[in-house]
Amino acid sequence: MPHRTFLTFIWPSALAMLLFIALPIISVGVQSLHIEHEQVVETVKNCGPFGCKEVEVINADATAQLQADKPLGRFNGLGTYTNRNHLAFEEISAAMQAGGGPGAFFGAVFNLPFYKALAFTLTYTFVVTPFVLILGFFIALSVNRLPGVVKGPTIFVSLLPMIVTPLIGSLILFWMIDSRGIIGGTLQLIFDDPDLSLKASPALTWITLIIYGVWHHAPFAFVVFYAGLQTVPKDTLESAMIDGASRWQSVVHVVLPHLAPLVVFIALIQLMDNFRVFEPVVGFNAEANATSLSWIIYNDLRGSDGATLFSSAAATSMLTITGVCILLAPVVLRTWRDNRQRA
Amino acid sequence: MYMRTLVAAGTMAVMSSSAYAGCGIYGSVKVLANDFPATQAVSAAMRACDGGSADITVNLNKDHKDLIVPAFTANPPEFTTSHVTNSTLVAVMNDGLAMPLDDLIAKHGAGIQDMQKVTIDGKVMAIAFMANAQHLFYRKDILDAAGVGVPTTYEEVLAAAEAIKSKGLMDYPIGGTYKAGWNLGEEFVNMYLGHGGAFFKPGTAEPSVNNAKGVATLEMMKALTGYMNPDYLTHDSNAIQAEWEAGNIALTNLWGSRAGAVTDGEGSTPEIESNTMFAAATSVAGGSVPSTTLWWDGFAIAKNASAADAEASFVAMMQGLSSDMAAANASDANWLIAGSEPRAAGVGVVASAAGGASPYPMLPWMGAMHGALGAEVADFLQGNESAEQTLADIEAAYTAAATEKGFL
Repeated sequence: MPHRTFLTFIWPSALAMLLFIALPIISVGVQSLHIEHEQVVETVKNCGPFGCKEVEVINADATAQLQADKPLGRFNGLGTYTNRNHLAFEEISAAMQAGGGPGAFFGAVFNLPFYKALAFTLTYTFVVTPFVLILGFFIALSVNRLPGVVKGPTIFVSLLPMIVTPLIGSLILFWMIDSRGIIGGTLQLIFDDPDLSLKASPALTWITLIIYGVWHHAPFAFVVFYAGLQTVPKDTLESAMIDGASRWQSVVHVVLPHLAPLVVFIALIQLMDNFRVFEPVVGFNAEANATSLSWIIYNDLRGSDGATLFSSAAATSMLTITGVCILLAPVVLRTWRDNRQRA
Repeated sequence: MYMRTLVAAGTMAVMSSSAYAGCGIYGSVKVLANDFPATQAVSAAMRACDGGSADITVNLNKDHKDLIVPAFTANPPEFTTSHVTNSTLVAVMNDGLAMPLDDLIAKHGAGIQDMQKVTIDGKVMAIAFMANAQHLFYRKDILDAAGVGVPTTYEEVLAAAEAIKSKGLMDYPIGGTYKAGWNLGEEFVNMYLGHGGAFFKPGTAEPSVNNAKGVATLEMMKALTGYMNPDYLTHDSNAIQAEWEAGNIALTNLWGSRAGAVTDGEGSTPEIESNTMFAAATSVAGGSVPSTTLWWDGFAIAKNASAADAEASFVAMMQGLSSDMAAANASDANWLIAGSEPRAAGVGVVASAAGGASPYPMLPWMGAMHGALGAEVADFLQGNESAEQTLADIEAAYTAAATEKGFL
């Protein structure tokens, strides 16, 4: 394609990407380097239904003046990134110097909110992604062999987990796994333990969230693999059969190599999606046992009673973007190298 | 048929609104409020002024406290008046978004009691209409069966729970709004104030929770969780109300605004409802005051509202907070409105206030502290770390947030 034609085709999407992706990211990056102005505080008398009291309040006019002079706030450099609620450099070096062996060190690190969330986010990503690939592949293989009459309804039912809004799906499951819900109650019967609760311990909460993740994402892998299966060349399969290959052997040596590019595609999408895990943490009320990077951003933006932490949220967002880039780097690099070889 | 119903309904709507039309209001009134029976009653009374020259819209929303500041910041504001509490008024005041109401009170606010006026630095910034507090809910029949009296201290709550459990009456007799986040933070605030603790060094925004009172607070909370359903870190007020109505718990420190809902003849059995009793929040560790915080709910008007809309909002608000409204909905809340009768389900809030419980601290940095408490306390309750470590974590998390907000 001549460069001119290429440019004509690409400029609308390039412009949209610049406006809606690049600029917001830059703005978030700038925000993350600033913190709010020092508030001008004064002590005044405050009276209400329960009596009077001297309390500190913010002098909104004086603070508004500061705000008008410098709308971004105070420049803080990378201070927000390195503070205790993010990368926590000071706390980590203190933990290193404290000694006490790797156990104490990791105990101290995973007590910090960012690393706690990172631990769950990475575990979730690296457990859910392969299971989604494997499960999706086997569902696709089985559905592909079904007779035509039941195929349609089966595909529809298999897609349901993906159709349900994640927040709603996790809320429904949250009630089902309650100790008085159908799943929670059954598990108590099976394990003969009336105190068994999937919501009470970090380990069981993690397992629940991971199973939910696999359940929710498997249909995506299934659909993509199923579409791929329709393109597997019939004659190659037939020659494999004539050569005496078992069904399993033809899956491993014919179908899988044919679907390899799809595996890369699904893995990419899933790594990105799972690294941003968020809704199940909210739906399962799991914040005491499992938090994710996206959940931290949400929590900072909701604040409690006006304590909205925009810079914290911005810093965590930038760290999340960095994380996604690191995760995808190997796959993207490989694709790029393959393309170059072909060219 | 369908068409005819529609037309009939439409005609009736027009008739009813023109019957009340106006209340003498000229302007647009947009109301934001939390969604519970008392706010439903107030907003319904406000809406009676809709029609004619007045345009009144109401948004009742459980997430209202996250919407107030952005809604008031816009110019013109997204909502002209909003439901506020001790803590949310601070958030609004931090950004200077509330309008002083003195002039409007002089013009239209004859019926307001002095107690209702929330005055900051000599200016009335909000009109309070109800009081709320977490206080003791107990099941009389269960306590009788266990052979224990009504507890007045948390030590007695533990003893009563042990008696109930050992008699096999209930597995988890205590309920608590211990959901990680705001609810858990609020439980710590209640218990710590009951121990006589202070959150900050006097006159500063520097934290001071890492002390013996903080340790005692955490240990009492952990002792209580020993008698709670293992899922306690996921239980908010809705969950505890459901547990109560299902008869699964016998003792809890729940909001006064739920007292009407658990005795309203719905969602539970007559046996449970008739044995549901209320008392002041219990004290702790030999302290003399109930371990709870007093809250008021009121209305503030957006500073950015036009003079006409602000006046219209105030008049509509007066309509919503009238004595007639309070009389007609007496059982929904502990109304602070003149001429309202005390309600039977309100004894817990009244007794807690009479016992000298402290109001929730109205400090600009309390929100950041509350957030840190809600995020860190769960680690101790789960046995992951020592009380001192948790308190140090709370201070560190608070310090990072307060620095970013410009308080330190």
